[in-house]
Amino acid sequence: MQAILQISNVSKVYASGFQALKSVNLDIQKGEVFALLGPNGAGKTTLISIICGIAKASTGTVTVDGHDNVRDYRASRSLIGLVPQELTTDAFESVWATVTFSRGLFNKAPDPTHIENVLRGLSLWDKRHNRILTLSGGMKRRVLIAKALAHEPRLLFLDEPTAGVDVDLRRDMWQLVRELRASGVTVILTTHYIDEAEEMADRIGVMRRGEIILVKDKVDLMRDFGKKQLSLQLQRPLRRIPPELLGYSLDLSADGSELMYTYDAQDERISIVGFLKHLGDLGIDFRDLRTTESSLEDIFVSLVKEKS
Amino acid sequence: MNLHAVRAIYAFEMARTARTLMQSIISPMVSTSLYFIVFGSAIGSRMPTVGGVSYGAFIVPGLIMLSILTQSISNASFAIYFPKYTGTIYELLSAPVSAFEVVLSYVGAAATKSVVLGLIILATSAIFVPLHVEHPIWMAGFLFLTATTFSLVGFIIGILATGFENLQVVPLLIVTPLTFLGGSFYSIGMLPPFWQKVALFNPVVYLISGFRWSFYGFADVGVGASVAVAFGFLITSLAIVGWIFKTGYRLKA
Ligand SMILES: Nc1ncnc2c1ncn2[C@@H]1O[C@H](COP(=O)(O)OP(=O)(O)O)[C@@H](O)[C@H]1O
Ligand SMILES: [Mg+2]
Repeated sequence: MQAILQISNVSKVYASGFQALKSVNLDIQKGEVFALLGPNGAGKTTLISIICGIAKASTGTVTVDGHDNVRDYRASRSLIGLVPQELTTDAFESVWATVTFSRGLFNKAPDPTHIENVLRGLSLWDKRHNRILTLSGGMKRRVLIAKALAHEPRLLFLDEPTAGVDVDLRRDMWQLVRELRASGVTVILTTHYIDEAEEMADRIGVMRRGEIILVKDKVDLMRDFGKKQLSLQLQRPLRRIPPELLGYSLDLSADGSELMYTYDAQDERISIVGFLKHLGDLGIDFRDLRTTESSLEDIFVSLVKEKS
Repeated sequence: MNLHAVRAIYAFEMARTARTLMQSIISPMVSTSLYFIVFGSAIGSRMPTVGGVSYGAFIVPGLIMLSILTQSISNASFAIYFPKYTGTIYELLSAPVSAFEVVLSYVGAAATKSVVLGLIILATSAIFVPLHVEHPIWMAGFLFLTATTFSLVGFIIGILATGFENLQVVPLLIVTPLTFLGGSFYSIGMLPPFWQKVALFNPVVYLISGFRWSFYGFADVGVGASVAVAFGFLITSLAIVGWIFKTGYRLKA
């Protein structure tokens, strides 16, 4: 795989003296969907702003498809579409006018057919003659997306695209990202909603206090950090966890009828088999069992907590 | 050169004006008419001619300059300050456009509006006073040069401004007084000798004088000096804009 975006040693100290980024390194592969997770203030928007040319890096370099984003800004910016976090739209212009404007700004010849496709894809076609200020917040968000797609970018940034939007738009957005991915567009999104990353991303990066603390394939992340839990409904309630089992990570429900075993997903087979055998040896029978897997949300929370 | 972008920004700005057409055309027509009724007819009828030109006709070039200077500044400063204020400037900053293209399109649009405005005032004046333009090419040249220069000044103000009130300070407290004192409504020669000398430090005197010369063939200062000041202004403004973009001052975090 080839990197479409290479970020090397990018740091950022704002004029206020605040260090928002500390030497960030990250490569994004062509065609992947990358989710950047992190609590508020982690530096996600700052990083995106630097890549897109809205903020200047204090140190380090960014290349987009091999083009340095400062020296060769025309080539690099032409490839990028940005949907900003804030709902910053024109007010008095029509939807059609503002989206057409964006295409021109990115040095593309007018193409009404493409604009029409973009607007239809975002359910904005019926609103094309409306002034932007008459639209709802969700519709304005769609307009921002349409503007970003107007010049057919190869790399799309979605900065918290679904923060505060309705369920419909969220679902449409997920669909859109899938379609973009299928057409070969690389997508980088930031989000607070872990289910969003879980739903869409191929890889996940976690940011905290200006640093990328982890980058992993989603599947690997789930496996490495995923804890599984095995719940057993016991035939006869236990009063306490038998001392022979203290080597396992166990919890007993208050009424003693349910035993929960938490284990590492990586050596699943060995640990479950061993554990169940051990129970049998002790004469503890169970009626039923089920396993649960920790979600990305749990992983994320534990990661951000662990390191702070 | 990103010509699509220049065209897009220019068209966007002109469309903004078109939406406020009443304001953009009717208001200068009304205020010009008022000037003629007050200064031209009421007061002017009691004034002698200046350089063989009736007082009403004499003030036309000054009136046009007054509008061009203030309107160029407020048009261009608003055009670039507003996106900064609303945040929509993110798109401009992230687009593959050079500083030169940004200036060309914003200043070009603001200057276009000013030139059109100047022509509207000129046409309105013709209703009230007999006009004649002795050097039309020079007149067009001065008009274009001044509109461009002061649109650049407005662009600079819009970039440096940190609030809407900043946009008004320069046109209101500097440009308007300098224009009124710069011989819009009188010839510098009418001033006492001391104030004539002081007036020569007012750069707007040169702009108005040169412009009036293109109409009537007489001037307070040499035409050469007027042309030099006009170009001096232009070059200074260009240098400041260049510096702003070179340093990214107040545009990029
Ligand atoms: N223009 C600025 N000047 C000073 N500090 C800023 C500026 N923009 C953002 N910050 C600070 O930088 C940190 C990172 O912000 P941001 O990149 O927006 O985080 P995120 O998008 O991850 O929520 C925050 O603490 C924020 O207050
Ligand atoms: Mg953010």
